[in-house]
Amino acid sequence: MFDNPELLKLIFGRLTLDALPIHEPILVGTFAVVATGGLALLAIITYFRLWGYLWREWFTTVDHKRIGIMYMILGIVMLLRGFADAIMMRLQQAIAFGGSDGYLPAHHYDQVFTAHGVIMIFFVAMPLVTGLMNYVMPLQIGARDVSFPFLNNFSFWMTVGGAVLVMMSLFVGEFARTGWLAYPPLSNIGYSPDVGVDYYIWGLQVAGVGTTLSGINLICTIVKLRAPGMTMMKMPVFTWTSLCTNVLIVASFPVLTAVLALLSLDRYIGTNFFTNDFGGNPMMYVNLIWIWGHPEVYILVLPAFGIFSEVTATFSGKRLFGYTSMVYATVVITILSYLVWLHHFFTMGSGASVNSFFGITTMIISIPTGAKMFNWLFTMYRGRIRFELPMMWTVTFMLTFVIGGMTGVLLAVPPADFVLHNSLFLVAHFHNVIIGGVLFGLFAGINYWFPKAFGFRLDPFWGKLSFWFWVSGFYFAFMPLYVLGLMGVTRRLRVFDDPSLQIWFVIAAFGAFLIFLGIIAMLVQFAVSILRREQLKDVTGDPWNARTLEWATSSPPPDYNFAFTPVVYDNDAWWDMKRRGYTRPLTGFKPIHMPSNTATGIILAGLATAMGFGLIWYIWWLAAVCFIALLAVAIGHTFNYHRDYDIPADQIGKVEDARTRVLAAGAQS
Amino acid sequence: MKLLALLPFAALLGGCDFVVLAPAGDIAAQQRDLVVISTVLMLIIVLPVMALTVLFAWRYRQSNTEAAYEPEWDHSTQLELVIWSAPLLIIICLGALTWMGTHLLDPYRSLGRIAADKPIERKDSALDVQVIALDWKWLFIYPQYGVAAVNELAAPIDRPIRFRITASSVMNSFYIPALAGQIYAMPGMETKLHAVSNKEGTFRGFSANYSGAGFSGMHFDFKSLSASEFDKWVAAAKASKDMLGRSDYLQLERPSENVPVRLYGTVDRDLYKAILNMCVEPGKMCMSEMMAIDAKGGLGREGVNNTLPLTYDKYARRGAPLGSEPTFVAGICSIDELKDTPLREVTAPLDLTPLRGVGLRRPPFSPAFSPAHPSSTSLLLSGQRSKSES
Amino acid sequence: MSIATVSTQSSEPVFHVIDEHPHPEGASTMLGFWIYLMSDCLIFAMLFATYGVLGGNYAAGPAPKDLFDLKLVALNTTMLLLSSITYGFAMLTMEKSKLGATQFWLAITGLFGLAFLGIELTEFHHMIHEGATPQRSAFLSSFFTLVGTHGLHVTFGLVWLVTLMMQSARYGLTVANRRRLMCLSMFWHFLDVVWIGVFTFVYLLGVLR
Repeated sequence: MFDNPELLKLIFGRLTLDALPIHEPILVGTFAVVATGGLALLAIITYFRLWGYLWREWFTTVDHKRIGIMYMILGIVMLLRGFADAIMMRLQQAIAFGGSDGYLPAHHYDQVFTAHGVIMIFFVAMPLVTGLMNYVMPLQIGARDVSFPFLNNFSFWMTVGGAVLVMMSLFVGEFARTGWLAYPPLSNIGYSPDVGVDYYIWGLQVAGVGTTLSGINLICTIVKLRAPGMTMMKMPVFTWTSLCTNVLIVASFPVLTAVLALLSLDRYIGTNFFTNDFGGNPMMYVNLIWIWGHPEVYILVLPAFGIFSEVTATFSGKRLFGYTSMVYATVVITILSYLVWLHHFFTMGSGASVNSFFGITTMIISIPTGAKMFNWLFTMYRGRIRFELPMMWTVTFMLTFVIGGMTGVLLAVPPADFVLHNSLFLVAHFHNVIIGGVLFGLFAGINYWFPKAFGFRLDPFWGKLSFWFWVSGFYFAFMPLYVLGLMGVTRRLRVFDDPSLQIWFVIAAFGAFLIFLGIIAMLVQFAVSILRREQLKDVTGDPWNARTLEWATSSPPPDYNFAFTPVVYDNDAWWDMKRRGYTRPLTGFKPIHMPSNTATGIILAGLATAMGFGLIWYIWWLAAVCFIALLAVAIGHTFNYHRDYDIPADQIGKVEDARTRVLAAGAQS
Repeated sequence: MKLLALLPFAALLGGCDFVVLAPAGDIAAQQRDLVVISTVLMLIIVLPVMALTVLFAWRYRQSNTEAAYEPEWDHSTQLELVIWSAPLLIIICLGALTWMGTHLLDPYRSLGRIAADKPIERKDSALDVQVIALDWKWLFIYPQYGVAAVNELAAPIDRPIRFRITASSVMNSFYIPALAGQIYAMPGMETKLHAVSNKEGTFRGFSANYSGAGFSGMHFDFKSLSASEFDKWVAAAKASKDMLGRSDYLQLERPSENVPVRLYGTVDRDLYKAILNMCVEPGKMCMSEMMAIDAKGGLGREGVNNTLPLTYDKYARRGAPLGSEPTFVAGICSIDELKDTPLREVTAPLDLTPLRGVGLRRPPFSPAFSPAHPSSTSLLLSGQRSKSES
Repeated sequence: MSIATVSTQSSEPVFHVIDEHPHPEGASTMLGFWIYLMSDCLIFAMLFATYGVLGGNYAAGPAPKDLFDLKLVALNTTMLLLSSITYGFAMLTMEKSKLGATQFWLAITGLFGLAFLGIELTEFHHMIHEGATPQRSAFLSSFFTLVGTHGLHVTFGLVWLVTLMMQSARYGLTVANRRRLMCLSMFWHFLDVVWIGVFTFVYLLGVLR
């Protein structure tokens, strides 16, 4: 059997033993570590007989809170991978001077920077943002779950499926060597015939389906499931930014899906969309992908803006200044983000009028963004600011983000972009806004809502340690890149011959090391907090004396979120309830209708991932079988009409009574 | 503490070559000016914001019970006006600057001056350079001299250079920071760049857009020479026995990394045209011919068979797994029959006054002079500028 | 919900819904499906844009006027338009809770859909047989992709239609099934609208060009 190449090709496509990187020591080492860690984890789960629990309570759950938590875990796990790539790049660039070739060959280095970008955007920032929206937003609007709970589970597993494909490329075959947006003709079959770009395409396609569906789901939730009394202009700002972000997702991810589909047609059946010959036009890809790509930036940063709004108001003990202008600013940013995509390639030669149009629209975005900045500033004005971790991240964000915003507007001036485009200045700029804006926001959010999700706070000591390492690490890592950009150093270089540059790369690598310590401290913070959960316990459900509805229920909230749907009179609904002497209802519970768990989501996503794998390696039978199974399972799922159940009133009574006792005990002590 | 820690960095900064901030060419210098002016404009608002952030964060900290506390204060129309209009004003300034700067520094526009204090002397004295980004090296063809060079670009100072840029296979970006901003080099397409160097020296040029495995080695020296030195360089190139014809180009085009400098004494006159039209391979249809045919409605049903299998390929290129074998469209005309596309030149205005606006008059500084002027309204209405202003 | 009555009875604000009815199942489904259709519409918009950019790049090959058979396409368009009308009849009979009639009209719709697909496949087969393959030029690539994507949607619509017919037969016109039929109805009419775009911009304007 093994001497028949035709048969082997039929069964395994182009997958051969050579695809396993056994000759690359770095990868073998990584594999050993990952495999050992993974096996240990599996062993622990098996030893404690957790499989059944995990399957029943987590993998098949349709509870938005658990799905949100799983998104966060995915994001943090992938952060470790993405950061490993980052530190490999920093190390390579710090040592590849004076004739030294560094330690990474081009074949490996080019995969590393591509994977770093793809993973950080799609599988770190996106899951973390989606996770927070999933967890917090339904609670903030007083809903029991999202509009389509099953779809939510399916979306999550599709995101995981995409991440699995990208991770798989580490050990089976290779990843794309094209940069994170895979511009053709380089990414086309002629110049990238290997599996790398196919991993890229199918990883993003599988995850993209999940993201789009989750966007639809959350929009419906916000539009349809708000508590009575919560008009649009009484929604918390985080809910507003979630709404805008999901509108952006629904209105931009289909573009990504379409453009990647066209690229895969080029690669699989030899069409001529983005080829050089036969009338194809590679520049169309660049346009189309940025029509998705620019809104994507705002998809990430808007929820972060929402988090800062909640945190600033809560920790200043004050109403948010300029709620209305905050909302309008968010909406304006949402709309304008579709009118600026060309600023990513002013250097294509579109002509002065086109360039200045897109340059000026880009600058206009800084007006609502500036207004937001002032709104946070005046929320702090005449407040009583408690510098807990979320607030520390917020103030640091404000100081850091204005630098990133300033360099961003600078890059929007086309002649300035001509000298700074694709330079390390650009790299510093977008890390400045994505780390300084999105990531700092997510850390603020994690520290802020963690007690809501788990009933105890995160340990402040390790949190502060992580904070200082992250912030100093960020400045050490990226300020040198601004400098290097002004020295005319371009991005994605593997070796250098000007020795005067080396010191800056060494400083940047030192910064990356500090960030590494920051990540370690963060992981320790989680571990220590879990160990010290009794000391850090919060029984009130409202540890920060906060303002919005999610703090009205217990921590962690019960399955049904609220025993009675709350009624809202003010945009700081919970603050309003506290102020007007709200008392928890203790009787009169009614049964609550809830969706049941289902395994369909994880099965469908698994099949989609396997289909992607088949397509990547040209294992056509596998792809076909999975596709048919996918259809069959999806159709079979629709034959199940009984997808929900009632939580009986006495069970709700028990849960609520338990909380009453806990609250009473808390009040006495 | 922090300031002290910054000191060594200040020393470091002093020793660096900030080529973007101190370029050798007039275009790059004007772009640098824009960078600086925009930054200063933005600092007007960014610095107060940063200062206020620190101030408010400190002043309204919880332990400072002396500070005012107004938990219900959440609106102020005056403040809202300020926080929306302040950024708006800055952006209006910056937008005007952008509009003008983008048009004046349009890389397609021929130069209006050699340097800030030197106008263009002769109109047609520009040096033509055809730039081709190959995998992974740069080819420069000098059509006026009939020479070419790989990975070395020489140009005389104070003479406008007219670059026409294309690529052979994938996208690159042509960038010499000391000379002028970058512009993409794209296969089958042509971009243009006008620039001038004002300082002698050797500067670095490279590709600023990742293009594959050999990308890091894809750089060249830009030699900015005096006129006589440049003549010597051309003579040296002419003396080279190497010639660059189509077959030599097809050899050169194959992927190679860290390629040493090479000069060519003779160059096929139509080579650049053929490269740009992607028809260096014998028998392949040129893009311009294809576009002309397409504009007339294609070749009809018979046209479907007008393809030949691709025999030569730089990358042992594989076809798509589910498609047919790679092919190309066979040419009908030969390259010599192709007409040059007429060059659309964007020229620089010699008089910048219209761009600065004719509506507003400079205020008269000497009172003795002003009565001689017509009133400003009549000036606006008649639409003429008085001579003393221009 | 009875917030209003309660809060008028007492001056104290009421902070929770006392007499709560569960959200009717599938209350957001229509909205959600609409949003999904809009996202699908964007995919078509991209394909139209691509066709707009590349539609004139024949690579010295055949142009629309050499390839398109307007009579066949007109017939095809008729099939799809008729299927939309018959779907409309199915919805009308569904409103009257006539299961048999609904099934009948759905079946007719399916047959028209099949006819549409059959004609489209004939057209594709014919073109490919002549050598006008998607690989021949960017125009043909974008043509096959745009029209083929629409055809794929119709195929999925048919699979869905058959599924819903089975479900209606088995479980009757329940609330859930009616909702599903409404969703498919929107999907089907949406495909009709897209096809009108295809017919106008690709076929009619293509032959005029």
